[in-house]
Amino acid sequence: MLKSKHLIGLENFPISDLNKIIDTSFKFKEILNTPERKIGLLKDKTLVNMFFENSTRTKISFTLAEKRLGADSINFSASTSSVKKGETLKDTVQNIESMQIDGAIIRHSHPGSALKLTEYIDGSVINAGDGSHEHPTQAILDMVTLKEKFGKIKNLKIGIIGDILNSRVARSNIFGLRKLGAEVVVCGPSTLLPNDVSRLGVNVTNNVDEVLNWCDAVIALRIQLERMHLGRIPSKREYHNFFGLTYERINKLKKDITIMHPGPMNRGVEIDSKIADSENAVILDQVLNGVASRMAILYLLLGDKSSQI
Amino acid sequence: MINKKQPKKVLLKRGRIIDPFSKKTFIGDILIENGKIASIKKNISSKDKNIFRIDCKGLVVTHGFCDIHVHFREPGREDKETLESGSIAALAGGFTQVCTMPNTNPPIDSPEHVYYIKSKSNTLPIDIFPIGAVSLGQKGEELTEMLIMKDNGAIAFSDDGIPIQNAQFMALALKYSKMTNLPIINHAEDIYLRNEGVMNAGPNSNNLGLKGNPSLAESIMVYRDLALASSLGARLHIPHISTKDSVGLVKLFKSKNKLITAEVSPHHLYFCDDDIVDFNTNLKVGPPIRSKSDRKKLIEGIKSGIIDCIATDHAPHTIEDKETTFNDAEFGMIGLESCFGVVNKVLVKDNGMSLKSLIEKLTVNPRKIMNINRDLFAVGEKAQITIFDPNEKWKFSEKNIYSKSSNSPFIGHDLVGKVKYVFSKDSFFTL
Repeated sequence: MLKSKHLIGLENFPISDLNKIIDTSFKFKEILNTPERKIGLLKDKTLVNMFFENSTRTKISFTLAEKRLGADSINFSASTSSVKKGETLKDTVQNIESMQIDGAIIRHSHPGSALKLTEYIDGSVINAGDGSHEHPTQAILDMVTLKEKFGKIKNLKIGIIGDILNSRVARSNIFGLRKLGAEVVVCGPSTLLPNDVSRLGVNVTNNVDEVLNWCDAVIALRIQLERMHLGRIPSKREYHNFFGLTYERINKLKKDITIMHPGPMNRGVEIDSKIADSENAVILDQVLNGVASRMAILYLLLGDKSSQI
Repeated sequence: MINKKQPKKVLLKRGRIIDPFSKKTFIGDILIENGKIASIKKNISSKDKNIFRIDCKGLVVTHGFCDIHVHFREPGREDKETLESGSIAALAGGFTQVCTMPNTNPPIDSPEHVYYIKSKSNTLPIDIFPIGAVSLGQKGEELTEMLIMKDNGAIAFSDDGIPIQNAQFMALALKYSKMTNLPIINHAEDIYLRNEGVMNAGPNSNNLGLKGNPSLAESIMVYRDLALASSLGARLHIPHISTKDSVGLVKLFKSKNKLITAEVSPHHLYFCDDDIVDFNTNLKVGPPIRSKSDRKKLIEGIKSGIIDCIATDHAPHTIEDKETTFNDAEFGMIGLESCFGVVNKVLVKDNGMSLKSLIEKLTVNPRKIMNINRDLFAVGEKAQITIFDPNEKWKFSEKNIYSKSSNSPFIGHDLVGKVKYVFSKDSFFTL
């Protein structure tokens, strides 16, 4: 089990907890690969998935992880709730909690919302993405995928390309990968890089070829097309030409690199279809590892200490 | 609770009297008769049995403090603060005079609104001076009737909370207000550079994923306002400066223009953005709490006199307005009750400023900016006196708050220096 009660972000998360989650994820992946695919470790637990912001894959991944563990779970999304009627976050959450839940998974567009939730409820809170702050479960599944591929995290060279400024995936990956001893370089147009990003212990560049020649694995981030209207990038074409994982760019590299993407992809913008579907892409492995690592997180935060897997 | 008495005669004995106007300091006595200063001397003896005596040994006896930047929310948001509740909060902080900002609902943008605040304040235990809006509806488009507003009691003009973004309009406001001889106060922030920033832009905002408000958003606007005011020979007061560049700019322009003044808030002197590690919404304020190096320059600025005075920017908000995510929380914090303990700790105890100098920043300096009488210890003046213990250590808590709101990041902090008694408007208050 873990030292932590909640999983809010990786910045201050203990290394031992992070390693335990990663290692346990592989055990759950084995279970997912058996014909039964289920293990009733949380069959007496009730969880609520609170999605105040749209999500497809993260929500499905959590729901599936809960079902595979035998937990009861209810889904709640902002559009169908009373949040739109002006109820405060606190009231909404406390109403749900008074129905006796053991843990909550929250996705919200505001940074700090998951931490706020820990003040309102007694159960464990898992951050499924809070604005531009953190998305720790995504970073953990990325690290599980990297460890599966390379057998280690330490000293791996990882490039992260895209909108670093607004990306919670980038932040959580930077915190987590640095913690486990990987080297990280971030790359993107200057308008999508924070001024002080090097303070996070990473190198920064605008030159994508430099990163690709250096790294063992690259994480391409989804480029939000609405950023164009905010004057941050001029066009899809320019982004694709200068920062996209194009077939030509990847093909001319001297060695193979692992291609990752948290999804959903803008094919033809940040990544070419040929690259996304190539042998070196582990994008679909990331999805299955997402279910396994979320099972590990839920089990380690909420499971009985006596239970064994 | 604040205890109120209205004795005909009050004798303050053996206090350390600091008169920031005459710049005299001595151990002595003050006699107040019928609410007015009757005598100030080394020793006043009286056998009058009806006299109300207070032993001020070990305490400092000085002018009532003056805060030229508060939000009392009336009219419009009386659930957050009223003129009355704000006055009690002010008294608790040792303030006998305050200037209220006009961003109420409706805003104080007409002579009638100014008159409303003035007449509602008559019966309150402190003096309230309303600041009128610069523009109708604080929209930055049409000037208010500044001349008539002045006749009705307006003490300055500001669209506080809303920066005057249009430089041409700012120039016109500065020009027109010259006829009133009252200062223009502009919340100096370029709204486009500020964008949707909710905290200081820097490593901390980056770690938290919160949108950053760059210090340049303020400094650029401060430069514009200083340049405009100086070229027009107009009076300009810069509120709550928060960046090191702003301090440098004020210093530069003050050397050529005597009509420029600036204030700093206690929270910008006390906190830096390293303190916002857990999304504490009580630290969400506009302008934002800046970096450690900005804070250092602000402390230097107030010590050296580049910054003229301390003003709290007391901004009450309900629990709902603050107990939410950082993005959704309102900007602002209350500050009257904690002010002296905070600035005395930061400036006098931690940074070697003299107590006399600090008192100037809370009394004569703000009054000078607002053309308010400063010779408060002259015989015959209406008594406005604040008596404090400069060394008392205390923990600021909810029970020290008299405001209707309790959005203070100082709750739980150890402060140094506590106001004990206040004399204001014919009454003696024991805190």
